[in-house]
Amino acid sequence: MSRRAGTSKNADRVLSLHGLVVFAFLYVPIGLLVFFSFSDSASLNVWGGWSLRWYRRMFDNGPLLTSIRNSVVVALVSTVVSTVLGTAAAIALERYRRWLGKRTFDALLYLPVIIPDVTMGVMLLMWFTTIGWRLSLTTIILSHIAFNISFVAIVVRARLAGLDPALEEAAMDLYADRWRAFRRVTLPLIAPGIAGGALLALTLSLDDVVITSLVQGPGSTTLPVFVFGLIKRQVTPEINAVSTVMLVASIVLVFGSLAFQRRKSDSVQ
Amino acid sequence: MSVGLHQVTKRFGDVVAVDRIDLEIADGEFFSLLGPSGCGKTTTLRMIAGLEFPTEGSITIFGEEVALVPPNHRPVNTVFQSYALFPHMTVAENVAFGLEMRKVPREEVRRRVADAIDLVRLTGMADRKPDQLSGGQQQRVALARALVNRPKVLLLDEPLGALDLKLRQAMQIELKDIQREVGITFVYVTHDQEEALTMSDRICVMNEGRVLQVGTPEEIYERPTSRFVADFIGETNFLDAVVTGPGRVRIGDTEVRVATDAAAGTRLTVMLRPEKLQIHAPDEPVAEDRNRLEGRIRHRLYYGDALEYEVELPSGEVLDVRMENVPSHRRWGPGEEVAVSFRHDAADALTE
Repeated sequence: MSRRAGTSKNADRVLSLHGLVVFAFLYVPIGLLVFFSFSDSASLNVWGGWSLRWYRRMFDNGPLLTSIRNSVVVALVSTVVSTVLGTAAAIALERYRRWLGKRTFDALLYLPVIIPDVTMGVMLLMWFTTIGWRLSLTTIILSHIAFNISFVAIVVRARLAGLDPALEEAAMDLYADRWRAFRRVTLPLIAPGIAGGALLALTLSLDDVVITSLVQGPGSTTLPVFVFGLIKRQVTPEINAVSTVMLVASIVLVFGSLAFQRRKSDSVQ
Repeated sequence: MSVGLHQVTKRFGDVVAVDRIDLEIADGEFFSLLGPSGCGKTTTLRMIAGLEFPTEGSITIFGEEVALVPPNHRPVNTVFQSYALFPHMTVAENVAFGLEMRKVPREEVRRRVADAIDLVRLTGMADRKPDQLSGGQQQRVALARALVNRPKVLLLDEPLGALDLKLRQAMQIELKDIQREVGITFVYVTHDQEEALTMSDRICVMNEGRVLQVGTPEEIYERPTSRFVADFIGETNFLDAVVTGPGRVRIGDTEVRVATDAAAGTRLTVMLRPEKLQIHAPDEPVAEDRNRLEGRIRHRLYYGDALEYEVELPSGEVLDVRMENVPSHRRWGPGEEVAVSFRHDAADALTE
């Protein structure tokens, strides 16, 4: 008995140590990044005393601010458009039994999820060049919409699949036309899925480097691509400052969405 | 006539779900569609609801042709098998849905919703969400949500299927009471023959997309017109027989009297319900109006309220005999030679 208790105590210790190591592995680099963003030194890993120097420098950096604005515009527009189109695609695939080309569409819709970003980027670049479009913020937005539709469709479709199709039939049986059945019954029930999909789209858009760097035009750089370029030229704690701001923004976004989802699911129950 | 179906066919691709059926359902009738799964009963109901459109044929509701009318323009409401209650709405909001869609004035909606909730005895539960209710309560909400619209016909798709036995029996009585109270036509889909027998004014037995027999529960049980109906409803014995003369058939080596007008020499099946048979000692005389067959007891099964005997006839065919467990009945044991008797009119001769 005592031996067994002893072993399980040891196992507990090993497990909690393992947990600590994993957490350290995940969060120490982030902690260091945030820490050094407040350093007065010009070196990335030498502490030079507390300072907001790099934050000030960041807000004086015109091209950097432009890239932030670009990122926000691209993310918002591509999220809104891809959420609407992705949701519509999910409904078409999940709710309508037969239509011409459904299977092909179904298979092709998920292509952007599985093909490598580089392939997708080159594809889009070639397409824009072929039809003679000048690369600009618009081409970035269109590209982001193109890959985001798939992700939104997948998330919304999962939610729709869990919904009893009889709900919409019941609404129509109770004198609702198709639109009102959707508006009053289906939409509120899949709203958490749509919100989740939109959030995913937003994150993917804000994150993307590979595709964006291929289809961007002069002066239309987004933040991640700009930061990437910064590292290649000179490495200063300014990058830490930028990263910290992005980190805070992501955390706010994630917690906001979690709160929204929880409130939604409460109201469903 | 409240609902009429004329030569209605529904095909899904190559599959014929409903095959040229004709039905006439009277006003105020409790009408059941009964059959095994896949027999087309639910598809038939969905076509009356407007959730499916027939491939061919005509459907009328109170004389009006509705075959291709969408569900929101039909004077019928449905209680779904899964209840399909809107999970994000309260009981009251669920019940009010249909009235709101038809833009009934708010004050009237409030009053009618309250009445409907009272009718199904859910008073005080108006503000609950569906997942805070038991299965039986959800079932009542589904019923109230349909009835509040005062449909001319109420369609019910296996509404008691998800409930446990006790609750199901209680709800059978309650449904029947509610139907009497509101006085409208109920079209009721079920695969449970007992449910159909106890609740219906008339039953339509379906199989493989076709209507096999329409009649009162008694007609369906006592005088099935086909072997399938006889077999599907209740327990039945089937014996092969040959017609020997007017109202006479031969079973094995024994001639018995059975109501049939088939010509001599016709092969047919005699149907006998186990509870209409009686067991006697071999030398015991049998009343004038009864037929007699000889056999031997093979098994005895004890059911508590009844005993069931398997009696083997000389031909090797086996008859199930069900006898009430009352003290006056003698019990028979395996191996005993016995006689089995039944009234002339207890047997049904099936030519199909």
